[in-house]
Amino acid sequence: METIILFAPLVGALLCGFGWKAIGETAAIWTATLLLFLACLLSWVVFLTFDGTTQQIELFRWIQSGTLDTSWAIRLDRLTAIMLIVITTVSALVHLYSVGYMDHDENWREGEVYKPRFFAYLSFFTFAMLMLVTADNLVQMFFGWEGVGVAAIKAFVVNRVGDFGFALGIFGLFFLVDSINFSDVFEAAPALAETSLTFLWTDWNAANLIAVLLFIGAMGKSAQLLLHTWLPDAMEGPTPVSALIHAATMVTAGVFLVCRMSPVFEYAPEAKMLVVAIGAVTAFFAATVGLVQNDIKRVIAYSTCSQLGYMFVAAGVGVYSVAMFHLFTHAFFKAMLFLGAGSVIHAMHHEQDLRNYGGLRKKIPYTFWAMLIGTLAITGVGVPLTHIGFAGFLSKDAVIESAFVGSGFAFWALVIAACFTSFYSWRLMFLTFWGRPRGDHHAHDHAHESPWTMLAPLGALALGSVFAGMIWYNSFFGDETDVRRFFGVPVAESAAHASEDGAAVGAEPAAEGHGEAAGHAATDAGAEDGAGHAAAVALPGQGAIFIHPDNTVLHDAHYVPKWVKLSPFVAMLIGLGMAWLFYIARPDLPGRLAANQRPLYLFLLNKWYFDEVYDFLFVRPAKALGATLWRRGDGAVIDGTLNGVAMGAVPFLTRLAGRAQSGYIFTYAFAMVIGIALLVTWVVLTGGAE
Amino acid sequence: MDNLVSIVTFIPLVAAVILALFLRGDDAAARRNAKWTALTATTFTFLASLFLLAGFDPQDTGFQFVEERAWILGLTYKVGVDGISILFVLLTTFLMPLTIAACWDVEHRVKEYMIAFLVLETLMIGVFVALDLVLFYLFFEAGLIPMFLIIGIWGGKERIYAAFKFFLYTFLGSVLMLVAMIAMYVDAGTTDIVALLGHRFGSETFSLLGIQIVGGMQTLLWLAFFASFAVKMPMWPVHTWLPDAHVQAPTAGSVVLAAILLKMGGYGFLRFSLPMFPVASDLLAPLVLWLSAIAIVYTSLVALAQSDMKKLIAYSSVAHMGYVTAGIFAVNQQGIDGAIFQMLSHGFISGALFLCVGVIYDRMHTREIDAYGGLVNRMPAYALIFMLFTMANVGLPGTSGFIGEFLTLMGIFQVNTWVAAVATTGVILSAAYALWLYRRVVFGDLIKESLRSITDMTRREKAIFAPLVAMTLLLGVYPSLVTDRIGPTVAALIEQNQAAVAEAAPLRLAQN
Repeated sequence: METIILFAPLVGALLCGFGWKAIGETAAIWTATLLLFLACLLSWVVFLTFDGTTQQIELFRWIQSGTLDTSWAIRLDRLTAIMLIVITTVSALVHLYSVGYMDHDENWREGEVYKPRFFAYLSFFTFAMLMLVTADNLVQMFFGWEGVGVAAIKAFVVNRVGDFGFALGIFGLFFLVDSINFSDVFEAAPALAETSLTFLWTDWNAANLIAVLLFIGAMGKSAQLLLHTWLPDAMEGPTPVSALIHAATMVTAGVFLVCRMSPVFEYAPEAKMLVVAIGAVTAFFAATVGLVQNDIKRVIAYSTCSQLGYMFVAAGVGVYSVAMFHLFTHAFFKAMLFLGAGSVIHAMHHEQDLRNYGGLRKKIPYTFWAMLIGTLAITGVGVPLTHIGFAGFLSKDAVIESAFVGSGFAFWALVIAACFTSFYSWRLMFLTFWGRPRGDHHAHDHAHESPWTMLAPLGALALGSVFAGMIWYNSFFGDETDVRRFFGVPVAESAAHASEDGAAVGAEPAAEGHGEAAGHAATDAGAEDGAGHAAAVALPGQGAIFIHPDNTVLHDAHYVPKWVKLSPFVAMLIGLGMAWLFYIARPDLPGRLAANQRPLYLFLLNKWYFDEVYDFLFVRPAKALGATLWRRGDGAVIDGTLNGVAMGAVPFLTRLAGRAQSGYIFTYAFAMVIGIALLVTWVVLTGGAE
Repeated sequence: MDNLVSIVTFIPLVAAVILALFLRGDDAAARRNAKWTALTATTFTFLASLFLLAGFDPQDTGFQFVEERAWILGLTYKVGVDGISILFVLLTTFLMPLTIAACWDVEHRVKEYMIAFLVLETLMIGVFVALDLVLFYLFFEAGLIPMFLIIGIWGGKERIYAAFKFFLYTFLGSVLMLVAMIAMYVDAGTTDIVALLGHRFGSETFSLLGIQIVGGMQTLLWLAFFASFAVKMPMWPVHTWLPDAHVQAPTAGSVVLAAILLKMGGYGFLRFSLPMFPVASDLLAPLVLWLSAIAIVYTSLVALAQSDMKKLIAYSSVAHMGYVTAGIFAVNQQGIDGAIFQMLSHGFISGALFLCVGVIYDRMHTREIDAYGGLVNRMPAYALIFMLFTMANVGLPGTSGFIGEFLTLMGIFQVNTWVAAVATTGVILSAAYALWLYRRVVFGDLIKESLRSITDMTRREKAIFAPLVAMTLLLGVYPSLVTDRIGPTVAALIEQNQAAVAEAAPLRLAQN
C-alpha cells in the first residue's frame, strides 16, 4: 500500500509528461489527479490504522560502495504517516484546483499545450516529497530533498547553501557511524554525544556538529533567517504551486528533518539552542516584514516563513510532537489561504496588489468564507483555556506554551509574532474583502467566483482548518502517555496503566509527575507499582521520535501559568484590533504612519535589506572574483608566466604553421617541452624537499 | 574468443583504413557512405565490447581477456582489461556511435573527418587496454594527433591557436612521462604493466644535486607521471588549454574531448600512480587534494564569469574533474569508486551538454549566452533535455552526476575535512553557474526576432540524446551497475596500496 502511495504520483507525472499525446490532454490531467486522490485515500487509511510499529520496506539497492550500503526503501512510522496525509491531501486538492486555475494562461498561445506539463511537474514534485518523507536513510532523503528543490528553480541556489551543510552532515555521520541508515544512526546517537570530531579548525562534539550541519540544511529548505531570501521570490510561480510547495510541503521538510533526527538532536543541546534561536528570530522577522507587504501572495509567503519559525522553536525545545502538530494544522490553513488567494487573483484577472482590491466580500462569497476560516485558524481563534478552537489556536498555543518552558526569549518572540500575525492576516482580509473597490474598475466589475474545481478544495481544507486541531490535540500535545503511544514510543506497561486509571496522577504530587525517573530501568518503574510516571525508557530509534529522559518540556508545558496560556489569545486580539483600527475605522492612519516612520517602513518593506546585503556580500564579489580569476589568473598568470607557451610560443608557432614545415614545429615544441619540464620538475622538487 | 580485446580495439582502425583506401570522390554519395561506414563500424565496436562486459568476472581482481604476443623490435603486444579499465572501454565504445551521428551535418572533408574519429577511437580504447608501457605510451601520445587535426581542421576561427595549445600542453607532460618510463624499465627490467604492478620501486630518500628527495625514486617517477596526467585531466593550474580547445573544437570533437580524452588522466592515476608508487602517492596526496579543491572553487567561479556557453561548460568540466582527482587520492573505497563513477557519469553528462550547445549552435551559429533567451516556448523538448543534463551536471540526486560527487566527497571527508568542505562549496557554485546559464538561454521572454522561427529538436537529435538520457538516469537510480563491477578491483587496489605504505612508513620516519 505504501508503495502505491509512493509511486502513484510518479505514474501520474510520467503520464502527463510523456503519455498525454496518446490519451489526450484532459484524460491525462484527470488521471494524474485521480491517482493523487487514490494516494490520498490510501494515506489516510495508513494513518488511521497505523499501530505505531516502525516498518521498513526495501525496494531495491541504491548506492553501495565499501561499507556504505544504502537502498531505496520505505520507512513507515508515525512521522511518515503524518507527512503522508499532509502531502497527499494538499497535493490532491491542489491538483483538482489546478484543473480550473490553469484553464487559461496568458503566457501560452492558442493551441500550445502546457497543462499536462504543469501537472507533470506537480505530480513529480509530490513524488519527490514523498520520497523525502518515506526515506529510510539520509541519502534517499537527500534525493527527495533536492528533488523538491528543482520545483522551485529560483530557490535552488539558496537551497544549495543549506544542502551544503546537509551533505557535510551526512559525510560526518558516515565517518562516525559507518552507516547513514536511520536505524544505525539513531542507535549510535548516545555514543555521538561522547565523541569528539576534528572538523576544520578545531574539535567539536560530534552530536552537536552533526545536528548543526543538518540544521543548516533545514534552514535552507524551510526558509529560516539567513537562508530565507528565496521564498518570496519563488512566489512568482502559479498560485497552486505556491500552495503546494511553499505552504504545505516542501518548506516543512526542514522541520521534518529535525524531528526525524530527534535522537541526534536530543543529544546535542547546543544545536537545539541554535534551532530555537533561529526559529524564534525568523518567526519575529518574517512577521514584521509581512506587516507591510502589498502583494497578497508575499504576505502569505512571509507568514509561512514566520510559522515555520514557530515549528522550529517547538522542535528546538525538544517537543517534536508539537512541531509536527503545528506543521500538520498549518498545512491545512496555509494551503487554504494560498488557494483562496489564488481564487481572488483568478477573480481579479491576475491582479495581486492588495491596494487594488477592496469590497470583494459580495462578489466572491465562497472564497471570502474560505479565507475567513483560514484567517481565523492562522491567527489562533478559540476559546481560551479550553481545547476548543480553530486548528491554529490549538497548535500555536501548544508551541508557545512549550517555548515558555524551554526559552523565555523564544516565548516573547513568538507572542509578539502572534500579534503581528493577527495584524497582517486581518489587514489582508480587510483590504481584500472590506471597504470600497480600489484600482481598476474593469477588473472589479468582472470579478467572478471561481469554478467548482477550485472551490471544492477550499471546502475540504476548511474542514481541516477547523477540526484538525481539536481532533488530534491529545495525540500531539496531550498527556505524555498518549503522545508516546501515538508516536510509537514504548511506554512502560505499569506506567501506562497508572495514567489510564487516572488515579495515580491525581494521587501523586504534581511535581513528581515529570519524567526524571525515566532514566531508571522500566523494570524499576514497574516494581514501584506504577509510580505515575508516564515516561518510560525508550532507546533512540524506538518509535518515530525520541525524547531524552532529561527532557521534560512536554510535561512541563501543561503546567505553565494561566497568563502564559492566555498570552497568544491576547496578542491575537491586539493584532485584530489594530488591523480594524488601521483599515476599517481610520483608513488614513497607515499612510500617515508610513510617512512618519519612513525609515522603519522602508526597512520592513525592503525585507530588512537582506537581498541587497547578500548581493553586496556574496553575489557581486563572486562574479567579480570569477572575472578576475579568469582574466588575471588564467590569462595573465597561468598562460602568461607558468606556461609561457600559451601566450608567447603558441601564437608564434601558429604564424609559423602557415609556411614552415611541420618538422620545425616539432623541434621547437620539443626543445620548449624539455626546458619547461626541467624547470617545473626543479620547482616542484625543491618545494617538496624542504 | 581469445582476442576479443584486440577486436574491440581495432575494428574502428580497420574501418578507417577501408575508408582511406576505397572511398573515392567527394560527392554527396561518398559523404554519405563515409558516415554510414563510420557509424556501422563504431556500432559494431560497441556491440563487440558488450561481449567483453558480459564475459567479465567482477570478482576476479586481476586482468582478464589478456592477450600477449611478440611484436616488433623485441617489444611485446599485451592487452587486457580489469575492473578499473573495462568500463572506460565501454564508455568509449558507447559514445563513439553517438559522436558520429552528431556530426551528420558536416559537409567539409567528411571522409577525413570520419577517419580521424575512427583512428581516435582505436587509440583511446588502446590506452585503456594496453598492458605494456611502450604500447600504452604509443596509444596515449598518438591520440593527440587525430584530436589535434580535428580541432585544427574542422574547428572554429581560432582553431590553429587552440590546436597548438592543446598539443603543446599535453605533449609537454607526456615527455616527462616517457623519461619516467625509461627509468622504470631500467629499474625493473620489464615494460610489462602486470609485472610492474608487482614491482616495488625504491622509496628511500636520497639527495640529488643537493636536494633531499623524500620518497626517492618513487617521488620522481610519480611527479613525472603526474605532469602528464594532471595536464590531461586537466588539473588546476594547467587547465587553460581546455577551454580554448573546447571553444574551437567542432561539437563532436568537444564531446570526445570532454567525455573520453579527459578520463585518461584519471585512469593513469589509478593504473600507475597509486599502485606503482604507493609511497609517493601517500606523500603527495595532500598536494593533489588541495589542487583539486582549488580547481573546484576556482574554475567554478571562473565559469560564473563566462559569456560563451562552451567555455562555461569547459570550466565546469575542470571543476568536475577536481572531484575525480581528489577522490582518487583520498585512497578509500568511496573516494575511488566515486572517482571512477564520476568519470563515467561526466562522460555522459558533459558529452550531452556539448551536444546541447551544438543543437542551438547549428541553428543560430553563435555560442554567446546573450544571443538566446526564451527557448522554452519554441523548443520544449530541447528545454526538457537541457534541463535534465543541467541538473545532472549540478549533481541532482537521481542522476548519475550525484553519485560520483557524493561518493568522492564522502571519501574525501574521511581524510581531510578542510578539503571536503572547500570542495563541497562546489555544489553551490555549480548550481549558480549552471542554472544561470540555463535560465538565460531557456527561460525569460523570447524577445530576439531571430529566435522566433527556431525549431525544436529533430528526430535524429532526439535519437542521439536518448541513450545519454537513459544512462544518466539509470546510473543515478541504480549505480550498483557500476560499483558492483569496479568494487572488488578497487578494494584490492586500496589494500595493496595501503600495505605498501604501511611497510614503508617506519622506514620513512626513521630517516626523518
